[in-house]
Amino acid sequence: MASRHVTKRAKYKTTIKDPGTPGTLRLTLEKILFVPHNPKSAGKLDVEFRFIKGQKHTKEGSNKPPWLNLTNNQNGSFIFEFENYSDLQYCRDFVGKVLAKSGEVSEKPTVTYPDEQLSAAEMELRIKLLQEDSELQKLHKQFVLSDVLTEAEFWATRKKLLDTEANKKTKQRLGFKSAMISDIRPSTDGRTNKVTFNLTPEIILQIFAEKPAVHRAFLSYVPNKMSEKVFWTKYFRAEYLHSTKNSIAAAAEAAEDEELAVFLKLDDILASEARWKIRRVDPTLDMEADEGDDYTHLPDHGIFRDGSKDMTESQNELYRRTLSQDINRHAAVVLEGRAVDVDLDDTRAVAEALAWSKQESSTKRESDGDTNQERLARVSRMTEIEDLQGPNNLPSAPLCIKDPRDYFDSQQANALRTSGDALGRTEQIKCSLSTQEVYGSLRQSISVIKAMGLKDPIVKPEVAHQVFDALTNSISTTKYHIGKNPHESVLDRLPKKTKDELLHHWTSILELLKHFWASYPITTSYLYTKVNRLKDAISNIYPQLEEIKGSVPSELRHQVSLLVHPMLQALDAAIQHYEADMQKRSTGSVDKPNGYV
Amino acid sequence: MAPAPSKLYADDVSLVVVLLDTNPFFWSSSSLSFSQFLSHVLAFFNAILTLNQLNQVVVIATGYNSCDYIFDSSSDLNRSFENGRMPVMCSSLLQKLEEFLIKDEQFSKEEPDGRIKSSLLSGSLSMALCYIQRVFRSGALHPHPRVPIDSCYIGAQNSAFLQQASYITGGVHHKPQNLDGLFQYLMTIFATDLHSRSFLNLPKPVGVDFRASCFCHKDTIDMGYICSVCLSIFCKHHKKCSTCGSVFGQAQSEVASASDKKRKTPET
Repeated sequence: MASRHVTKRAKYKTTIKDPGTPGTLRLTLEKILFVPHNPKSAGKLDVEFRFIKGQKHTKEGSNKPPWLNLTNNQNGSFIFEFENYSDLQYCRDFVGKVLAKSGEVSEKPTVTYPDEQLSAAEMELRIKLLQEDSELQKLHKQFVLSDVLTEAEFWATRKKLLDTEANKKTKQRLGFKSAMISDIRPSTDGRTNKVTFNLTPEIILQIFAEKPAVHRAFLSYVPNKMSEKVFWTKYFRAEYLHSTKNSIAAAAEAAEDEELAVFLKLDDILASEARWKIRRVDPTLDMEADEGDDYTHLPDHGIFRDGSKDMTESQNELYRRTLSQDINRHAAVVLEGRAVDVDLDDTRAVAEALAWSKQESSTKRESDGDTNQERLARVSRMTEIEDLQGPNNLPSAPLCIKDPRDYFDSQQANALRTSGDALGRTEQIKCSLSTQEVYGSLRQSISVIKAMGLKDPIVKPEVAHQVFDALTNSISTTKYHIGKNPHESVLDRLPKKTKDELLHHWTSILELLKHFWASYPITTSYLYTKVNRLKDAISNIYPQLEEIKGSVPSELRHQVSLLVHPMLQALDAAIQHYEADMQKRSTGSVDKPNGYV
Repeated sequence: MAPAPSKLYADDVSLVVVLLDTNPFFWSSSSLSFSQFLSHVLAFFNAILTLNQLNQVVVIATGYNSCDYIFDSSSDLNRSFENGRMPVMCSSLLQKLEEFLIKDEQFSKEEPDGRIKSSLLSGSLSMALCYIQRVFRSGALHPHPRVPIDSCYIGAQNSAFLQQASYITGGVHHKPQNLDGLFQYLMTIFATDLHSRSFLNLPKPVGVDFRASCFCHKDTIDMGYICSVCLSIFCKHHKKCSTCGSVFGQAQSEVASASDKKRKTPET
């Protein structure tokens, strides 16, 4: 918005009939403030724009006075009478803009964040993420909008998501074209003696970037000494002279016109830059050339170039400009990238912006001492003998944390486990014999078998038959329950709606438990309230899971209850911990380890 | 009918590398005696070799203190142990096994007692995988070998590690119920080659125990503590991570307890 607030004199009327209290109306982006001139009168008003639904106003040209009527959510209205219609117009525009802005935000999740300051860009990012991922949006709606988790908590675990999104937003900047458009070929008119050069802002930018002398001339001559048009005319005159390769004529004209001479001479800024660069060549640069560097066999060295300059000698050294110099300069500028990002139409602005960016880079160069040192250090490092070195970068494997939903349906095994081996302690081999004894017995078995040979028969036929039967039985029953395809899971056999619900419940339970367990040990009152909120949310899930079990046809009910069982186990464990902790607090045990409050 | 994965194996040749657990402490207290076990297993090896001329069996013994190769069907050294009572390969294997056990016992004498009595499974697994890599580098039957790990668990409890390993690598895990018929289990389930597995139905476990094991006791746990630096899992609170050495947040809570000493009762 152009203005952040509006202040106008107006009269505030509560109804149309009300004569109105004169005072000052001040509109900001968030609220409407009306202060009456007479401090004793009661018409003070302080309303937030959030509550304003819409606005109405009287039309100019009608006989009515200039009134602005702002309606709020409760169907009340605030009427302001202005001194004239232009004031009214101004206020109306402002209100319209504010309403439009708040209108588009109010559809999205809550705007007010009492405990964090968010920039508009960050909010937009979050909204975008929510819109793209429906699963995330469902979770967000379920927890944040029902006040189980705050916005800050929800996004605290998703920082990585926000970071990657923010990075994507940085747009790529367009660089210069590699075609040398600054080398303009004029169009000649055969009949008249006119040559016409076409100049676009893009070309102007390139000219300034490639020819610093021209840039400097522009800054100093325009608009003091000559107008832009005259400047460019002279420039193109110089170009024309160059193209005719008539260096004698060029010298002659340069002698006459001082400004023209600037364009005809060699660019001294470039020359000094080149000398500076030569002094600072990095000796560690690897100059290995390969086939890709061979451009000599391509026409025009592989660069599209406007105009045709041939390689004739010219007598006047000062006015000679070679093709290779131009190409090199152009290439260097293209590789540097676009240094300015201003509106190209204003040539003066472009010139200034370019000058400023150059100044910045030259001040950077002034701190040369450090870079020199750094270069020397690098040289000494690189002249080390590589053969005698060990490898110094260890390959790193990126962390791969799998999506827990992939393993969801394989958790049935946990459901089948009885409470007896709920902890799955490793089998402690109870062995009372000494090492010597056990080894001895093992070796004895080997001698036994060596003496006796293999068992005959290896397996008794009825045992084999039993085993075979049992295996076939179990294979066929699991096939019935789980499916033929070993990659198929139980989930796929459920109706889609149930499957989606179950998976959603799984992710939301994980989210809740993540926040729940992270809040222990409870050290602040904030965590205490948070844990209570989460515990209530957890208790609400039990009936929802029961409902899902009930909604499924009876033959699948067993599968679903097996799938749901680990979720219930996890929730039970959480509630257990919560209750144990509550008990500890209420009994007020003094001995609290680890800074428990 | 065959889905795409079966095309990986064009024929039914197998290279079976067997990790034989020879932990003496386990075998001395097991219901199945070691000699009975050996006879099932040796017959199984023989049977694999008869299924296809090009099949190869390599046996690595997983001991209490060391691991070593005790049998390779492709080597020619098997001829020297003639014994009329059993096939030649069996006698050579048994000889090597005996030598291995003697050596393993020697290591025990040097080490102090009191270690958890578990076998060196990870060591023999690494040896097996390196062997397989070497064979495929020089041979090249298949450009990218997929190495499924099958596990046959004999014992009272369950091994979460073996279940997970078999699940993730695409192998089959089974715990035989009737140990008298061990050979039958081995033949039905574990002698199948990878090509045939695409159309054979092997027993699938109802579910895999994906629970992690704690780093301190090797117990499988549902809930525990995790080091935020190296992601090591512990079942109870420790002062320091044993893997990466990072100190766990004592300082913070100490500060909190100092400042909150005034508030004894929680706010309700």
